[in-house]
This record gives sequence, structure tokens and C-alpha cells, in this order.
Amino acid sequence: MLNLDHLSKIYADGTRALADINLSVRESEIIALIGGSGCGKTTLLRLIAGLDRASAGSIRLDGEPIHEPHPAVGIVFQEPRLLPWLTVSDNVAFGLAHLDRSERKARVSHALEKIGLAEHAERWPRDLSGGQQQRVAIARAFVTYPKVLLLDEPFSALDAFTRASLHEHLLGLWEETRPTVVLVTHDVQEAVTLADRAVIMQPKPGRIFDELPLTLARPRDRAALPFESAVRRVLAALDQSLKPVQPSPHRERDREAAALWW
Amino acid sequence: MTGQGTLQSTRQGWSSPQGAAALAAPSPAGKRRAFDGRVLLGIFLPLAIALLWEAAVHFGFAQGRLVPPPSRILTTLWGLAKTGELWTHATATLWRILAGFAIGAIAGIVFGALSGSSDALRRLLDPTLQALRAIPSIAWVPLFILWLGIFEASKVALIAVGVFFPVYLGIAGAILSVDRKLVEVGRVFRLSRIALARRILLPAVLPEAVIALRSGLGLGFMFVVAAEFMGASEGLGYLLVDGQQMGKPDQILAAIIAFALLGKAADSLLVLATRPLVRWQDTVRERL
Ligand SMILES: Nc1ncnc2c1ncn2[C@@H]1O[C@H](COP(=O)(O)OP(=O)(O)OP(=O)(O)O)[C@@H](O)[C@H]1O
Ligand SMILES: [Mg+2]
Repeated sequence: MLNLDHLSKIYADGTRALADINLSVRESEIIALIGGSGCGKTTLLRLIAGLDRASAGSIRLDGEPIHEPHPAVGIVFQEPRLLPWLTVSDNVAFGLAHLDRSERKARVSHALEKIGLAEHAERWPRDLSGGQQQRVAIARAFVTYPKVLLLDEPFSALDAFTRASLHEHLLGLWEETRPTVVLVTHDVQEAVTLADRAVIMQPKPGRIFDELPLTLARPRDRAALPFESAVRRVLAALDQSLKPVQPSPHRERDREAAALWW
Repeated sequence: MTGQGTLQSTRQGWSSPQGAAALAAPSPAGKRRAFDGRVLLGIFLPLAIALLWEAAVHFGFAQGRLVPPPSRILTTLWGLAKTGELWTHATATLWRILAGFAIGAIAGIVFGALSGSSDALRRLLDPTLQALRAIPSIAWVPLFILWLGIFEASKVALIAVGVFFPVYLGIAGAILSVDRKLVEVGRVFRLSRIALARRILLPAVLPEAVIALRSGLGLGFMFVVAAEFMGASEGLGYLLVDGQQMGKPDQILAAIIAFALLGKAADSLLVLATRPLVRWQDTVRERL
């Protein structure tokens, strides 16, 4: 169970990136964080990963507070961030230095098989395509069997086909250890494909606007009607989250009109 | 219309694999030929000048006393090699460079690593080192001679100073420019400071470290000449001075050729020795 309690983050320059975030994520739940650019999604993930300190509030994983990188929390960044001097399999094994050789090898080759990169194990990252590199990054995070996996728009740079196949790879890996997943995305389809719950965020300061349960049966059929209606519901909520900003131009115009009237 | 279009595209479909094969086959050979051609082009100019000069002297258009023809330079070089003199001088020079390079490079790596890895240490060290760097290294010569005598120690010290600065700057700069994003990967996996240095910082700075060492070595060759000018009884630099004093331009040019060959060989050796460390690099491979 991952609990965020009155979490706020104010950057050194005074930017209020997050204000009073309250969220609890059940074990093995997949939640999708959706929201416009700059509403603090990356900031939130970095706090949970322990890479930055919160200004106020707390993050607890099964009751244990998180202030710094925690062994049970893994993260996949928006870019693959592979180490260019390690081969694909050594990159995947990067977080497994504490294991003995055979265990390490077994986990790595299994993960590479799962993401369909077994034949690329000994290549350099520079020789992989963007989608393949992102898969390696996902495998690197999975092989440590984290309890919580954070994914920051991991597929945003990829085309729709590649993305769909990566969704399958991701769910395949998720099935094995069933970690809690927090997935940041801009893509509503992606959220509905993967998540059990969509959390919609609002900017300035970053806060949670709404949460929508997505209770479709898996595997999810993108062409089916329930999928379509779920997508529509999320889109409607996203629209709403942007609405409160809209009245103000009206009011502005009214005031201008009033000013011109006399 | 549409029928024609289909027909055309089918024909293209048929012909294109053959076309591709025809294009693909000669392309590596073509590349090799182009490569060879460029190398030959580079050799052409010096070779032509050498032959022209040789001919000019041979047919009596020029005397060739101050600028000896290539044949005489090669004869001198051969003569020096046969008597074993060339090896004595070359090993003396190489030994000085090796000692100076080792001292300068190690000091440069240590100080570069210190000032690159800690902000406080950088504030402490860097201003002083930068100020020292602004002094032309040759200006140290009188002081080194006073302190260390006119024999090997002062020469090695001068070379070490010359090697130190490019290595120091290169290493410190490389550490400072390591991608913060990769360092964060290390933090996510909770590496200790030492593990972070070994598993992320060290490999990340290797390519630039190699470049820094190469420019250090180049300066080492530059400074060995200066060092040997200040009074040496052997070494390629001594051959230069001796050639000037005795009025033997062929000996000077022979020594210069020996310098060029040694310098190139040492640089190639360094590149070859470090190549396995940086073969992962995603850049245009440098050619030897
Ligand atoms: N290091 C920082 N210092 C100061 N302000 C920052 C810093 N990082 C982010 N911010 C600000 O905090 C806010 C939230 O940024 P964040 O990167 O979390 O947004 P995001 O939701 O991930 O956006 P995107 O979808 O574009 O990635 C933004 O206004 C941003 O300008
Ligand atoms: Mg972001």
C-alpha cells in the first residue's frame, strides 16, 4: 500500500509544483496519472522515487516513510537512460549487483525474453532503436522485483504501433510479480488500456482534480464499447479539469465590455 | 491509366531487388577505393615536392646545401641508425617523455579527479592551478635548473608540467560534464559514493580522459625538445642542436623525421591501448 499524505513540493525558485496531494494506491493496483504539461506529474514521481524531498507531507510504503531511493521502488524515466558503456544484458543487470552470478543471469535472460530482446542481449545501447531502448529500461526496473514501479511517460516518444506492443510487454511483466504501478501518461487510450484507476491532475499548483475507476475486464479490447465509453469518461473529466480556467476570459471580456460601455 | 500504373509499379517491384543488389555489391568496394584515393591524395603533395627537390639538386638547378635533398636526409638517417646512434638518442628522448608523461598524467588525473568531484576542492585548487597554467611552461626552466640541476630531473620536470595541464583540465571538465541523468540512475539503485564513482563516473569520463591523455602526450613531445635544448648530451633534441652548431641541416631534418615517427607511433599506441575501453562510444570513430 502506497500512501501520499498532504504532499506538497515547492521548488527553490518558489514554484508550487504540488499542493496537498492525497492518494493511496493498493497493492498491485495500476494507476494512471493524467494531466496537462507542468502539472507536477514528474515531480510527484521523483518524490515517490526518493530523488527529491517533499516540502511538506509524507510518502509511506507499507507504513515506512520514503525520503531517499528505496529498494522496493523502481522508476522508468521518460528517456531510456541506459548506460552506453554496458551491453543490453549488463544494463538490465545494473541493479542486481548484490545477487550471485547465476541468479543474476537467470533473471536478466528471463526479462529479456519477456520483452522480446533476447537476441539483442550482447549489443550496445547505441545499436538499438528507441523502442528497444525503452524496453531495456523497463526490464532494468522490473528485474529487481520492486513493490512499486513508477513509469514517467515511458512510451510518449513512440509511434502507436510500438506503443501498443509495449503495453502488452509491460502487462506481461507486470503479471509475474504484480507490483503497484504509477504510470504518467498524456494518452487517454493508454491510461484506459493499462490502468485500474485514472487520476486526473490540475496545474498551478499541481493537485488532484478527480479519480476515475477503470474496472474493465482484462485483456482489454480497444475496439469494444466499454473501452470507448471509458475513454470518453476520462476525456470528459480532463475537459472539466481545464474548465475552471475558462470562465476567467469571459469575465475578463465582460469587464472590458463594461469598461467600454460608458 | 490505373492499369498502367500498376504495371509500372510491378515492374519497379521486380527490378528494384536486382537494382538494390547491383547497388549494394560495389558499394563497400567503392568505399574502399574512395578511402585509398584520399590517402594517396594526402601523400601526393609531399611526395611531389620531395621528388621535385631531389631532381632540382640532382640536375644542378639548386645546391641543396642548406636544404638537403631527401636522398641525403635518408642517407644520414640510415647512417645514424647503422651506428646505433639513432637508438641511443631516441631511447634517451623516449625515456624522458615516458617519465615526464607518467608523472604529469598521474598528477593531472589525481588533481582533475579531486577538483571535478568536489565543489569545495575545486574552489580550493582550481584558481591556483589556473594561475599556474597561465605561466608559459618554458619560463620554469631556469628555476628547475636551479632546483634540480641540469641533468635528467629538470628535463623530466619540465615535461611533466607540460603534460599536467591538459590532463588536469580534461579530467576535471569530463567529470563536471557527466550527464546528471545517468548519475540519477545510480542513485535510484542506491549506489554508494564509491560504487557511483566506479560504475558511472569512471566509465563516463573515459572517452574524454583518453583525449586529454593524447593531448598531454603531444605536449610531452613538444616539451622534450625544449628540455633537450637546455643542454643535453644525448636525445633527438641534442641531434637538432648539434646539427645546427655543426652546420648539418641533413642531421636536423633526420632528427625531425625521427620525432615525427616517434610521436605518431606513441599516439597510435595510446589510442590502441585505450580503444577497448571506449569501444561503446556512439561517435564517429577517429581514424589513426
Ligand atoms: N527543478 C525545478 N526547479 C524549479 N521548478 C521546477 C523544477 N522542476 C519542475 N519545475 C516546475 O514544476 C512544475 C511541475 O513540473 P513537472 O516536471 O513535474 O511537470 P509535468 O507534469 O511532469 O509536466 P510534463 O507533462 O510536461 O512532463 C512546472 O511548473 C515546472 O516548471
Ligand atoms: Mg514530466
